[in-house]
Amino acid sequence: MNDAFDLRIGESHIEVHKFRTGAILFATLFALVIQAWFPLRFARATLLDFPLLVTIYFGLSRRNPSTGLLLGMAIGLFQDSLSGPTVPLGLYGIAKTIIGYLASSIGARLDTEHPAARFALTAVFFIAHQGLVFLTRRILLGQPEPWFNLHLLVAALVNALVAVFVFILLDRLRRPS
Amino acid sequence: MVAIPSRHRSLVLLAGVILLQVLLLAVQIKRDSQGRLIRSWTVGAVSPFERAGSYGFGWFRDIWRHYFALRNTTKDNEELRRENDALKLQVAQLQGKAAEADRLALLLNFRQSHTDVPMVAARVIGGSAGTASQTIELDRGERDGIRRNMGVITPDGVVGKVVEAYPNTAQVLLLTDKDSGVGAMLADSRIQSPVGGTGEPLLAMKYVPNDDTVRMGERVITSGMDRIFPRDLPVGTIAEIKSGNPFKQIRIKPAANLQRLEEVLVLLTLHPLQMKNESAPAEAQPSAAVPATPAPGAIR
Repeated sequence: MNDAFDLRIGESHIEVHKFRTGAILFATLFALVIQAWFPLRFARATLLDFPLLVTIYFGLSRRNPSTGLLLGMAIGLFQDSLSGPTVPLGLYGIAKTIIGYLASSIGARLDTEHPAARFALTAVFFIAHQGLVFLTRRILLGQPEPWFNLHLLVAALVNALVAVFVFILLDRLRRPS
Repeated sequence: MVAIPSRHRSLVLLAGVILLQVLLLAVQIKRDSQGRLIRSWTVGAVSPFERAGSYGFGWFRDIWRHYFALRNTTKDNEELRRENDALKLQVAQLQGKAAEADRLALLLNFRQSHTDVPMVAARVIGGSAGTASQTIELDRGERDGIRRNMGVITPDGVVGKVVEAYPNTAQVLLLTDKDSGVGAMLADSRIQSPVGGTGEPLLAMKYVPNDDTVRMGERVITSGMDRIFPRDLPVGTIAEIKSGNPFKQIRIKPAANLQRLEEVLVLLTLHPLQMKNESAPAEAQPSAAVPATPAPGAIR
């Protein structure tokens, strides 16, 4: 099996990556564990959303909307499950499903290998993710809360910065071309 | 099955996955005042249709009731009018029966208060065939014991006497007939005089001397002298008094309504009658208490 192949859209050539066996599963579980454990040691780590970063990364890399949204759904539901009884199953699931779909769709059209592109896309996706969570809480659950503020912006930038480095680590899980 | 274009498959999948998770959310969330969210959502999703359906049904029902259903209103009105007429007729019949029941009750009471006098109730089934005589026809005759010259009365007063008795019917000559008469007397002055018909609504008291004092409105009762009617039955009241030669011309208004007779009592005896309370005031005429006097003769 090829490790990567070209996806031709118009005149551009987008590379679709394949990953080592179990890499996605491993990365997902690791992100969830880190997400659950890290804030216990570092309070400010609550700003980070590692499952979201994993969702974005595999979406951008695999560039398949269907697998991207399914992976986002799975990661979101796992995150919901680990978030305690106050977070209903589906809150992060819906948001990460959409983010996985968007990341895969955008990844199929843009070159997302550059760190700057990854930074920008992650920041946008983070804000979009929080927006989806906000909408879900407000519309579906009737739990309105403030959405866009400085804290969100900072969190988006921090996650985007962290994502640049995490994505480099995750690139190592790709099958060599 | 509908084929989904490949470029849209991921969108369909996205929509399905999100819908599933939304449902998953709804199943989990339980609001304090509204129960589980899925229930709230379901009610919220269904209620607009229910409300619209209810309004729509109400609108349609109103339209139907106020417009289309009126097409049958004319027919309904006709039926109701017919029914109303039938009910009016029924009411009239019932009123007639009630009045008849009252009259029969009076007859029954009269009979029960005069148990010593055999009598039979009869219904008036006909009247005079011409103006030459004033008679009525009863639905009872010889088979019921009715014979000629038997007295006919009502609880109000004297009616007349039987002039013909047939097996099943009888003919009665009313007191107003010019050939009719009854032994009578004034209730207060106790002046006796036969009273006879004149062919007119008023009777005539024929043999009261001018010297006797007679008051307008004084009651006239039977004297029992005719051997047909028992004493103290009302005959009428004095309605007109004129001096005559040698007797007063006295007109009497009959006590019984002879113009509208429906049920009468026929006295089933040809012997001189005496009321059981002859020595005491009669129930119907307490002021007419007079000693029993043998009837000298019958009035034709």
